[in-house]
Amino acid sequence: MNFDFSEEQYLLRDQAKRFLADRSTPAVVRAVLEDEAKPYDEDLWRGMAELGWLGTAIPEEYGGAGMSGEDLCVIAEELGRSLAPTPFSSSVYMATEALLMAGSDQQKQDYLPALAMGERIGCMAVSEGIGVTDAASINTRANEGVIEGAKVPVADGDVADFAVVLAAQGNSGDTSLFLVELNDDSVRREAVEMVDPTRSHVEMTFEGTAAELLGEPGEGWSITQAVFDRAAILMAFEQVGGAQACLDMAVDYAKNRFAFGRAIGSYQAIKHKLADIYVATELARANAYYGAWALATDAPDLATAAAAARVAASEAYNLAARENIQTHGGMGFTWEFDCHLYYRRAKLLSLALGGERKWKDRLVSQLEARNSSGEE
Amino acid sequence: MDVNMSAEDTAFRDEVRAFLAENLTDEMREANHLNGGFFADYEISRRWFLALSQKGWVAPSWPAEYGGCAWTPMQKYIYSTEAAKAGTPHYFALGISMVGPVIMRYATEAQKAHYLPRILSGEDVWCQGYSEPGSGSDLASLQTRAVADGDDYVINGSKIWTSNAHRANHIFCLVRTKDTERRQEGISFLLFPMDCPGITVKPIINIVGEHGFNQVFFDDVRVPQSCRLGAENDGWTVAKYLLEFERGGSAHAATVAASLAQLRNVAAGDALEDPLFAQKIAGVAIKQLAAEFTEHRVIADITRQGRPGPASSFMKVMGSETNQAITELTVEALNYYAAPFQPEARKPGNNVKPIAPEVGVAAVAKYLFLRAASIYSGSNEIQRNIMAKQILGL
Repeated sequence: MNFDFSEEQYLLRDQAKRFLADRSTPAVVRAVLEDEAKPYDEDLWRGMAELGWLGTAIPEEYGGAGMSGEDLCVIAEELGRSLAPTPFSSSVYMATEALLMAGSDQQKQDYLPALAMGERIGCMAVSEGIGVTDAASINTRANEGVIEGAKVPVADGDVADFAVVLAAQGNSGDTSLFLVELNDDSVRREAVEMVDPTRSHVEMTFEGTAAELLGEPGEGWSITQAVFDRAAILMAFEQVGGAQACLDMAVDYAKNRFAFGRAIGSYQAIKHKLADIYVATELARANAYYGAWALATDAPDLATAAAAARVAASEAYNLAARENIQTHGGMGFTWEFDCHLYYRRAKLLSLALGGERKWKDRLVSQLEARNSSGEE
Repeated sequence: MDVNMSAEDTAFRDEVRAFLAENLTDEMREANHLNGGFFADYEISRRWFLALSQKGWVAPSWPAEYGGCAWTPMQKYIYSTEAAKAGTPHYFALGISMVGPVIMRYATEAQKAHYLPRILSGEDVWCQGYSEPGSGSDLASLQTRAVADGDDYVINGSKIWTSNAHRANHIFCLVRTKDTERRQEGISFLLFPMDCPGITVKPIINIVGEHGFNQVFFDDVRVPQSCRLGAENDGWTVAKYLLEFERGGSAHAATVAASLAQLRNVAAGDALEDPLFAQKIAGVAIKQLAAEFTEHRVIADITRQGRPGPASSFMKVMGSETNQAITELTVEALNYYAAPFQPEARKPGNNVKPIAPEVGVAAVAKYLFLRAASIYSGSNEIQRNIMAKQILGL
């Protein structure tokens, strides 16, 4: 047993840290925040492609680096820390994973090399509006290779070249996944501004758009769940990275801000607050590591690991982002200070992929299944 | 990352399992099941200690030259995990975990030869004289005084929260030997027998109504200065050495997992059907998993850099709060049947029919007792101060 990242992965982390400290600065993030015409930072995205990050988990035969899900976790943590404003999660955690999981050899040949190079961007379109999203709630319909319906919100739908779309087909409750090219007149995309404007989203409407089946017909919901499970682990690493960044910011501020003649970090009210963030972050990190291991080995308890990692990381990041503002006092409430960038991202990440409540339910059902099968 | 065990580790695990199967008696398992406090029934848990002692497995962290197991962190982890799963009774052995390592580091060869074998065999039972009525979290303010008189010290003062002082035959004690500006610099570390004239042990009954703690009074207790470990006034360093000795391989997560499994048994078919309650259990399960994988990380840190990383420091806070939450949820799951308090139904070998379901017979005692978890071995407030200072640099 060795529950640790490898030497190579430590090097990858250092490389990612340096690159992002240089290229995903607060100024870069703010440029995307404040410029409506700028959905993401293209230079940063190209740089990531040049480093081979976009194809990390894509096998070499499809133009990727052939590394493992663990390597992707290492990168994800640094992306979260730096608030990197790019479509990384949509293209890499979602579209790429869906193709790797369910694509035919031809589809992999067609899509993966361009995804690995960053020449094309993919996204995943599942949600359709208010209410619980599940197989029965999907109204977008696919018939004879053509798709009709509306998806909202779709992360990175404006910059994506294609989408992996969940649609109903045949009998009620039967869903399948489809690959849909988005640069077509039958696709309408309208920007939806989110709590975190550094990540772009749209409402996407299909009016008789050509759609190619991805995976077995009728398996749409189960593949989506499997993609979400894997994405949840990667997202958890982003959240852990973000929580750590908030903690670092708050500690730094608490050491340098004086009140009543002392650094505010010398008061127990602040010390204990920050210690609590540390505890929550380490707890989330331990769960995320469990997920990384499950991801790399395709462990049978991947769904349990994913749900635990997801819930713990959402709680940690939301706590860290909120208490970072509190530690900064009035300055934390200003547009000028960066606290709100993390507060926004923390909330968006915890609401994506079905939100915390769904993942808690999923954990409950996974634990029950595990318990009744007598495993430990 | 790899969480699969090596062939050697698997062989070791099988050896542990075989030993447990052979030596852990029904009586011992029962004592564990009925344990509503920290240590299980004293006599029965001592029998388990003696079984381990005979096997040579009673001192996992001690080096082999002193009769210890010299287990790797992984082996310690495996042993503690298997022991928790099997339900071994928690025994009282501060000689092994606390004073033995200090003796190895600071005592003369003659003292080592005298004390260490008697600790391993269980012949000597040690209690700890640290806290005082006026010195809990602020331990360095302690006032029990040892005054040099010829070749002796004369000790006056009092120690409190002394677990099993009424059963121990020796005590290791922090005493003030000098008044200094930095209070840590005037403390010495002494070892002496409990039957010295002038020592009085007074029971303290805890929240559960049981006698585990004591207050110990010293009235002109005379001990030879040769019973001191380390230099005079350097006792704080000696005491701190202990904190460095235990390096990973503990398995709190396995203990938490056992309590969690019991909670699930209690809640099965009833409270678990309530989605809100199921979510509360899930919240605790996440912490149990985090504890488990933190333990793996600590072992990995030791393997890579020779010492545990900072992750180990939050285990006290998280572990104690998780255990408290489990006892609270167990009581919630049992509803009204958690309320009957029947200490007689928790005595091993009893014939009392519990009013609570059999699985929950110790639930209310644990609910009461677990308040101690966030207070003992450095209150959680002190732990947060330590994290803020040592990890966050505040």
